[in-house]
Amino acid sequence: MTSPMLELRGVCKRFGGLTATDDVSLAISPGELHAIIGPNGAGKTTLLNQVAGELRHDAGAILLDGHEIGTLPPWERVGRGLARTFQITQLLPDETVLDNVTLAVQVQRGHSFRFFADARSDPDAHAQATQFLQDVGLAASASVRVADLAHGERKQLELAVALATRPSLLLLDEPMAGLSFVESQHMVALLRRLKGRVTMVLVEHDMDAVFALADRISVLVYGRVMATGSSDDVRANPAVRTAYLGEDGD
Amino acid sequence: MTSDTLEARRSGRTYAFPMSRIVIFVIAVAILALVPAGATALHMPSVTGFATQVLIYAIAAMSLNLILGYGGMVTFGHAAFFGVGGYVLGILYQHSAQRSAFLALVPGTDNLAVALLAAVLIGAATAAVIGSLSLRTRGVPFIMITLAFAQMLFFLFVSLKTYGGDDGLMMRRRDVVPFVDARDDISYYLICLTLAVGWLVLTWCLVRSRFGAVLSGLRQNERRMMAIGIAPYRYRLVAFVIAGAGAALAGALMANYLRFVSPDMMHWTKSGELMMMVILGGAGTLFGPILGAAAMLALETALAAYTENWQFYLGIILLAVVMTTRGGLSALLDRASGR
Ligand SMILES: Nc1ncnc2c1ncn2[C@@H]1O[C@H](COP(=O)(O)OP(=O)(O)OP(=O)(O)O)[C@@H](O)[C@H]1O
Ligand SMILES: [Mg+2]
Repeated sequence: MTSPMLELRGVCKRFGGLTATDDVSLAISPGELHAIIGPNGAGKTTLLNQVAGELRHDAGAILLDGHEIGTLPPWERVGRGLARTFQITQLLPDETVLDNVTLAVQVQRGHSFRFFADARSDPDAHAQATQFLQDVGLAASASVRVADLAHGERKQLELAVALATRPSLLLLDEPMAGLSFVESQHMVALLRRLKGRVTMVLVEHDMDAVFALADRISVLVYGRVMATGSSDDVRANPAVRTAYLGEDGD
Repeated sequence: MTSDTLEARRSGRTYAFPMSRIVIFVIAVAILALVPAGATALHMPSVTGFATQVLIYAIAAMSLNLILGYGGMVTFGHAAFFGVGGYVLGILYQHSAQRSAFLALVPGTDNLAVALLAAVLIGAATAAVIGSLSLRTRGVPFIMITLAFAQMLFFLFVSLKTYGGDDGLMMRRRDVVPFVDARDDISYYLICLTLAVGWLVLTWCLVRSRFGAVLSGLRQNERRMMAIGIAPYRYRLVAFVIAGAGAALAGALMANYLRFVSPDMMHWTKSGELMMMVILGGAGTLFGPILGAAAMLALETALAAYTENWQFYLGIILLAVVMTTRGGLSALLDRASGR
């Protein structure tokens, strides 16, 4: 067994009296697609925010490819190969779809203290960005301003921007939420194609998508990992059924 | 990339600068260059002086626009750099006139080019110090800290009796440059026009560069920018320093024009005035601050001729313009010309 791509050791985060993540330990191997499921408010987003560096954990350790990254600011973690999408999309509303991706391509290629050349006459970056847009099925909307984009397309764009940073670890916070049936079918197909090339942590409420995609699943309830295992293990776990799957009704 | 998407992109560019605009721009600069000749022909020499001040304030407002309009950094202390620039020129002049040296080390000068360069460098250095501390905060604390720094500088210069204290510093004559009679009003106007156009072109380069894309990205969504690997602080600080340098350049030009510099140049009301120019003209647009500076000075002059309470009426007019135009004067012009 190779060393894990992402390892969490006893990661804790408290908001006042509320323990949002409680002693979370996980090891995710390279190429794995690891799903994290759990009811609303379980601490899934909080956990991703700690891995991405937006929140600092109160205790524990976060290792990316064997190196402690828990003290690095978010942008340095991006430099180490980490990317994420947001549950509530975070995009540049005044820019076009293509410019959102192009910017990520350019940042990935080096620092942006470039003051004179026109950022938009960069055919190479545009070509790469267009490729990412094609991958997520957004190429037709390349010149649309993000502010004018439909919800589903924003979700796709989130993924294109994350991919444009060429991550080795991708954190996905509910990429299917709010998508139409067809759109989420498309998203599942897309993630399946990425599988193996990029290590992924998938937070998702859509159980069909989770069971279709995940190599392993962790169940988070009240900030604690209640179970980790294959789809079948998790489906069969009685505690999980009562705590989560039962509630959900499917 | 298909030619189809390229076409679509061209039409969708936010910083588009098509040929027609370049032509309009060149014509506008040519007209501005002819202002002094026109003023002389019409026996209205004061117009040249007024236009000189507009150009100088335009530089200051453009510099503020870089951080306020494009970068989304709401600073309430930009006049600090305007005043610092003015004092650099004034202090260098005084030492040159007295044949003494600043801190007994740096000799004075009445060379305009040297004084402007010194003003730009010291303005940038001041902005680096103020920016490196204040940019650690955001929102209201940032407004308050930039304001506090500007007020600190204000009171520092009020207490500096060597350089005139409260009363400010008078210069007997304007600075000189080799080969040009910079003391002549018309030449000085043309120098200011050149520098204003230069600063406009610099701003244009900056906002369409990758640096500009990052800066405007940080205004739109900081979390997004961090998530693609941008360290916000450094980029904001560099923009803040460039803006400080621009304001200092304008301040030095103004001090030289008026042959006078006083702490009032860095008073918070001056920061507010610069801010109003940017917002009135159109924050985050290339030409907005220039329109804003011209409109503000014209309004101030016109209203002051009619009433003592001109500031009250100015406030009402500004409110009306900002609330009805959505995007200031430059948005109004864009709509009027059907863009
Ligand atoms: N910044 C914060 N300050 C205080 N409490 C917070 C903060 N962020 C999250 N919480 C709380 O922590 C708990 C976990 O929130 P989190 O957003 O991580 O849940 P989640 O599992 O992502 O839920 P959902 O499925 O609804 O997205 C919730 O009770 C939430 O109210
Ligand atoms: Mg969440």
